[in-house]
Order: sequence, then C-alpha cells, then structure tokens
Amino acid sequence: MTGIRDSAWEGDLEQLKGLVSERALTGETMVLNMGPQHPSTHGVLRLILELDGETIVNCTPDVGYLHTGIEKTFESKRYEQAVVLTDRMDYLNPLGNNLAYCLAVEKLTELDVPPRAQYLRVLLAELTRINSHLVWLGTHALDIGAMSVFLYCFREREKVLDIFEMVAGQRMMATYFRPGGLWRDVPEEFEPAVRDFLDYFPAKIDDYEKLLTENPLWRDRTQGIGYLSADDAVRLGCTGPTLRGSGVNWDIRKAIPYSSYDHFEFDVPLGQHGDVYDRYLIRIEEMRQSLRIVRQALDNLPSGPVRSNNRKYVPPPRSEIGHSMEALIHHFKLWTEGFRPPEGEVYVRVESPRGELGCFLASDGSPRPWRVHFRTPSFIHLSALPHMAKGHMIADLVGIVGSIDIVLGDCDR
Amino acid sequence: MILNEWVFVGLFFLLGPVLLVVPIALSKWLAPKRPTPIKQDAYECGAEPVGLAWKQFRAEYYIFALVFLVFDVELVFMFPWALAYNKLGLFALFEMVIFVLLLVVALVYTWRKGALEWS
Amino acid sequence: MTGFLQDIGLSYELAVLVAKALGVAVVGAFGLLWTLLGIWIERKVAARFQDRVGPNRVGPFGLLQSIADAVKIILKEDIMNRHVDRWPYNLAPILSTLSVMLIWAVIPFTAAWVGADLNVGVLYLVAVGSLGTVAVIMAGWSSNNKYALISAFRAVAQLISYEVPMVISLLVPVMLAGSLSVQAIVKSQHIAYLFAVPMTVLIFLISGQAENGRGPFDLLEAESEIVAGFHIEYSGMKFGMFYVGEFLHAFTLSVLTALLFLGGWQGPLAEKIIPLGFVYLLLKSVFVYFVLIWVRMTLPRVRIDHLLNFNWKFLVPLSLINLLVVAFLWKLMPDTDQINSFADALGPTLVLFLANVVMFAGVAWWLREWARRDREHIEARRAVVAEPAEATAAAGD
Repeated sequence: MTGIRDSAWEGDLEQLKGLVSERALTGETMVLNMGPQHPSTHGVLRLILELDGETIVNCTPDVGYLHTGIEKTFESKRYEQAVVLTDRMDYLNPLGNNLAYCLAVEKLTELDVPPRAQYLRVLLAELTRINSHLVWLGTHALDIGAMSVFLYCFREREKVLDIFEMVAGQRMMATYFRPGGLWRDVPEEFEPAVRDFLDYFPAKIDDYEKLLTENPLWRDRTQGIGYLSADDAVRLGCTGPTLRGSGVNWDIRKAIPYSSYDHFEFDVPLGQHGDVYDRYLIRIEEMRQSLRIVRQALDNLPSGPVRSNNRKYVPPPRSEIGHSMEALIHHFKLWTEGFRPPEGEVYVRVESPRGELGCFLASDGSPRPWRVHFRTPSFIHLSALPHMAKGHMIADLVGIVGSIDIVLGDCDR
Repeated sequence: MILNEWVFVGLFFLLGPVLLVVPIALSKWLAPKRPTPIKQDAYECGAEPVGLAWKQFRAEYYIFALVFLVFDVELVFMFPWALAYNKLGLFALFEMVIFVLLLVVALVYTWRKGALEWS
Repeated sequence: MTGFLQDIGLSYELAVLVAKALGVAVVGAFGLLWTLLGIWIERKVAARFQDRVGPNRVGPFGLLQSIADAVKIILKEDIMNRHVDRWPYNLAPILSTLSVMLIWAVIPFTAAWVGADLNVGVLYLVAVGSLGTVAVIMAGWSSNNKYALISAFRAVAQLISYEVPMVISLLVPVMLAGSLSVQAIVKSQHIAYLFAVPMTVLIFLISGQAENGRGPFDLLEAESEIVAGFHIEYSGMKFGMFYVGEFLHAFTLSVLTALLFLGGWQGPLAEKIIPLGFVYLLLKSVFVYFVLIWVRMTLPRVRIDHLLNFNWKFLVPLSLINLLVVAFLWKLMPDTDQINSFADALGPTLVLFLANVVMFAGVAWWLREWARRDREHIEARRAVVAEPAEATAAAGD
C-alpha cells in the first residue's frame, strides 16, 4: 500500500454517525458520495450512500446545493414582478409555476380571468407538461443507458420550445402568465404551429415506446424496482405520477379542477405495481392525454380578451393610455407602486408534471407579498427516495431517482 | 522458420510499449503541471471522500471468478481436441461429449448451489 | 527488404531483425493512426443514429477532429490522485492498449502481409486479449477511488465470465479449419464460416462486445452509475491511452470477426492483387463495427446480475450445445478434411447452415415462449393503465 496514511480521514467518518449504520463505521460497508458532481443526479443532488458490495444499505439525500433563496426574494418583489421568479424554480415546468403563482394571486385578490386566457393557460400548461416529460424520458433513459432516446426527446422538445418562443419571446423562462390572464394574446402563427406539433408528436411517442416499452433490457431494469405501496406513497406525501404509479387515483386537474380543466375530457392513467416501470408507462400515457387536452383547447378556443379588465390589479393596455386619463393614472400607479391586495393567506395547488405544486401566499396588504412558500413535489419525493432505494443496487438507484423525476431547482428554491 | 515468427511477436512485446510510452512521455514533457492538494484528492463527486477505497468488499464477484477458473482450465484442453478433430475418429466426439458433460455437471452444480445467484 | 538490408552490409540475422522491427513499427503505427480515423467514423455513425451531425468543424467533414483531440489530450495536465498505487496505476493504460496491439501481431492483413503467422495463433489471441482485463483491474484497484473500485470488481465478474462463451465459440472455426493459425483459418474459408455457423458468430459477437465493455454491456464505465469507472482517476494522455485502447479493442473484435467468420481478406482477385485483400478486410471489419455501434446506440444498459445470469444460464450452455452440434455434424459428413475449393465446401456449409437454422428456430421458440409470457404480463399492466379514471378523493383532501 505504498505508505499511505489513512488516519486523516477517520474524523470525517465520525460526522456521518446516525446517517450510516454501525457496519460502515467498522469499515464493513462502504460510504460513497454520489453527487453533487455526478452525471445522473439531475442537477446537484448529493446522495450519501452506504453500500454493501453494490447493494444500498442506507441512502441519505443531501439537498441545498442549488438553493437560490427564491422564496425569500419574493418578499422584496411586487406581486407582478415576482412572476419572473417562478420560472426559475422548476426550470422544466416554467409555465406551470407561473400558473400556480398567478392562481394564488388571483385567489387572493378575487381577480377574474377571461375564458380565452384560461384555455390558453391550459393549453400551454399541457405543452409544458409534454416538455417536462420529454426531458424526464430522455434523462431517465440516459441514466439506464439508452443514449439515443435522449437525443430524440430533445429533438421533439425543440418544437415545444419554439412554440413558447413564439408566444412569449423566451424559450425556457417564458413568464407568459400574469395575474388576471396572459401577458398578451398569442400570435397568428400559433395555431398552425400547435396543430403541426399535434400531428407530428404522436408517432414520436410510439417510437420511444418501440425503443423502450417492450425492450427486455428496459423491463429488466425497471420492473419491480423502486417499489412504493399505495399506503406508503400517500403517507410519504407523494403526488403526481409517483403516486398514481402506485395506483392511487389522485390528479388535481380532476379532483379540484382549476383554470377550466373541468371543461376538458382526458383520462388519468393509473399504475398498479408502484415500480419504476409503471411510473414510466404513466408518464408516457400522460403525454398522449396532454395532446388530447391541447387539441380540445385549440378546437374550442374562445375569442375575447386575454386579460382581466379589473383596473385595480391589471394595468390597462398601452393603446388606452393615449386617450384615457383614468388609464394613464392606473398605468402609473400599477407600474410605480404595484397593487395592494387584501390582507390574508391563500393556498393554491396545481398538477405540475411532477405532482402537486402548491403555492402559499400571505399578504399583509402591502404591494409586496409578506411570505411566499411553494410546496414542491421534487422536495417531497426526494424524501421518499431512501424508502424506495434501500436494498437495491447502485444501477437501480439512478433508475429510481429518474422515476421520481426530481428537478433540483424545484427542490431547493 | 517458426522461430522467426516468434521473433516478430517478441519484437512486438519489446517495441509495442515503446510506441505507447512515447505519447505519454511527450505529454509529460509538454503538459503543464500545477498540482494542488485539492486537485490531487480522489474524485468522489466533489465531496471529500470518506475513508480509503481499499477496503473490504463483497465476495459475489470472486465466486464468479472461481467458476470461470474451472471453465477456463478445461477450455485449454479443448483446443488440441478441436485442432486435431479432423484427424481423429468418431471416438473423439464421444470423448468430448463426456468431457463437456462433466463441465455441464459442474455448471448445474454451481447453479443449484446458488453460486450463480446474486445475493 | 531483407535483401536490401543485406546489400548495405548487415548480416542475415541482423537484417531479418531490422526488417521485423520495421514491420512492428508499421503495424503498431498503423493501429494508432487507424484509431484517429476510426474514432471519427464511429462518432459520425453514432451521430447519424441519434439524428445529429457529429464532428464537422475541424477539417473537411470534421476529419481532423481526432487529431485536434489528440493534440489537446497530450497538452493536458496529468492530474494524479496522490493516494494511488503508482506502479500499477501508471502501467495500466499502457497495458490496456498494448494488449490490443499485440493481437495485431498475428493478424493476416492480406494473403502475403502477416506479421507472425503463429501456428497457435488463436490461442495467442485469447491469451494476449485477456491482458486487457488485467489492465482494467489494475487501473480500478490502484486508483484508490471507490467508483474505480466498484468498476474493478465488476470487471472481475464480467470480463472473465464472458471469456468462456467467447473461447468456446472460437473453437468452432479452429475445428472447421483444423488449424490454430489465423492465416490458415482465413484460407480454409472457401465459403465464409458466417454461412456455416451463424450461431457461433452471434455468440462470439455478443460475448466479444461484453469483453470490450461496450454498450449494452458498458457497466465498467457506466457514466450514470459509477461516473467513469476504472479510468475515473486518469486524465491527460493516460486517459487517452485507455480511450485508444477501448476503441482498438472494439475494432479488433470486428477485425477478428471478419477474419474468423467472414473470410478475412478473401474476395475477388485478392490472391492476385495483394493490397486488394487489405481493402476487403477493412470493409468487412467496418461493416461488423457498424453493426456493433448500431446495437450500442439502441439498447439500454444491463445490470450486473442480469449480465451474469445471461452469461452463465444462457450463453454458456448455448455455446456448448452449439459446439457439440457442429462437431457431431462435421464428423458425420465425409471428406471434411479434404475441402479445397468452393464446390467442396458447398455441401458441408449447407448442412451446417440447416442445422443452425434448426438451432435458431429452437432458441427463437424458447425465447418467444418466454417473451409471450412477458408480454401478457405487460398487456395486463396496460389495461389498468389505460382505464379511464374518475376523480376520487382516494388520497384524501
């Protein structure tokens, strides 16, 4: 052993007491850091693993490496300004975050949202879901070693991002939803572009399925892995596909419809076995269902304004300012001082691609929120990870981490 | 003549490493060298490693190595058989069947014993 | 060449030695240079599979990309973990590439160009090829890194396990040709062995791919699990050596397949115009390599226990059965030691081919049965998944 002193490290092991078993302290099992700089931790997650051979004895997620203080930053931004921050949390679901926050502000201020805006919100939220699921599928497949699927998924995601760019001018951080509606109406090219995508995408989903769903290697790697019983899933606070993979029928879009989701017809896919494979099937099926919703929203898109006319909270359009004194005053007030919602607390939840995304908003009547908190699915699901990972092998761990679809920006905020 | 062929292989053993050491030496000569303690730490995803890597490990892999050893030793005996097969009579085939059967018995034994299962 | 050296005043022995040394330099340098082109081909092909463009910036069609990479890697700092075991750590990359280069010593490139036509060529291939395994284990252990250690242990199980079916399948061409010399095996293929023993080729390719540790068997360097595996602590040119070694290993597998089963350098006019044989061999090898990349780009990675199960419970028994079936038929047919032309080879090839078809059918039937049960399993799952669900508050509000 060429004269190596290993005494220098003994101190560190002491710090890990409580996280790892006694066997690790005697050197019988191996303590391994997986992350933060690891290719398959979806950002900067650190997992402290205790391994017996390749089998996981203990798994402790260590979060916070991507902490950006977004929730605290909200407190120094006016309500309207803060929409920008929401995109930056779950960067794969920017419009879903916008939606949760806007719904919270609207609930607080009892603001109305015109039907056209509601439909467009649903449409874009579902496209965001597809966008997020595509990244999930690509990275999940990449983690399990299917390299090509990753690039195919990103190819399709480009098309969704193009649509976002078309409506909002930004590809990822769209910030397109505002309290009371949308930033502006969609351009004319929007409808044909979405229709193109609707025609193009279903065949691609079939392609992914051909590559993975019945592939024996894929099934060996996902079936029976990361089992989560329905009881445990509920108890651990799992939501979204992770919960539905265990067979619990709970989709906020159906259970507590928001933003006119009750106008649309869609199915909620349910799993039975609560393993990685079922969660995979569910997300694949969700992409198809999202396409259904998008099609319905596009077919029945009402005409009319896309933003509320409540001038107390929503600034008037630019064209009004030239000939209306009142509009000029509203414009000035809203852009210099912001609006003052009534005092109170609200909690709003939406079904993000990952699960229940809740937004808690506390107002003290000033133009800035007193406290904003997001109940994010990534954080909750990460706490369920040790439960699922114990007893599996390292190779399975990356599959399980992929199957709960975490985004560290969503987790750390 | 045969010896000549081996000379070539021998030269390969001698000159091959030289061909490969040249780029490494070149790199040693050209590349910068600015070591720092942190740079020279073992990589463990950015966190400080806990304990050395040279420690106790499960024996699963080792069992497969043992099974391999059994097969590999026997395979050596099959090469002369395959080589001379054209010149041998039918009895060679039956001999090999018996030999392979022994191998199969060994495989079935390890299988039944659960040595091929991942515990 | 030898004559020329004698003319300038060297003794015969010395002249032979110098000529041989030059041969070594040529073969070795060719191997390393081919790597530069081969990696470009591989990257381009992989890119096409993945709907990308691939390298296209450096030189025409990105042809000089590998050279740029080589220059970069030579100029890179060699960062070494201070806790490594120095000797094995520094030897491993050299050994890794050397094990492949030594294989090239016995490869017959054409009817006339062969480094050393050893009469134990195939045995030599097996012996030298397994040095690569030693290199991986040395690298993984000496790095003193836990990821590398896991990789080294996987190597112990994976690389040596797959050597068994590989060697068993190598016995088949040896038996058919009645020789261990690679050149003799090539020459005996009046009809490529691929047509006589396709099952053997398949077993050889699968186990060879696993031996190389390339997808779907890339567990040794599974970047999503153990980051880079055994070469995680290597950087600069030492990493480059592993990279070259890995590529050459994979390509050498294709060359060996071409030699042992696809007739090597044989082709129209190859005996008369010697260099043509080289072109044939290269084309055949690149074709096999293309197939291997295809597989690699399509399949997900297997898990270590599945990998070993597949080997010991499926591939090894199958390769033994295959060997015995071929041996049995070979003995039954008359005059199998007197095959000197295409016409002689036609009959036995046909018989063996039919036997292989039967074997394939058997294996396919067995796999189908197994897959059918599996598919029913999936359909049962799907039915549940596709069921329209009403909103219930099962999770509690």
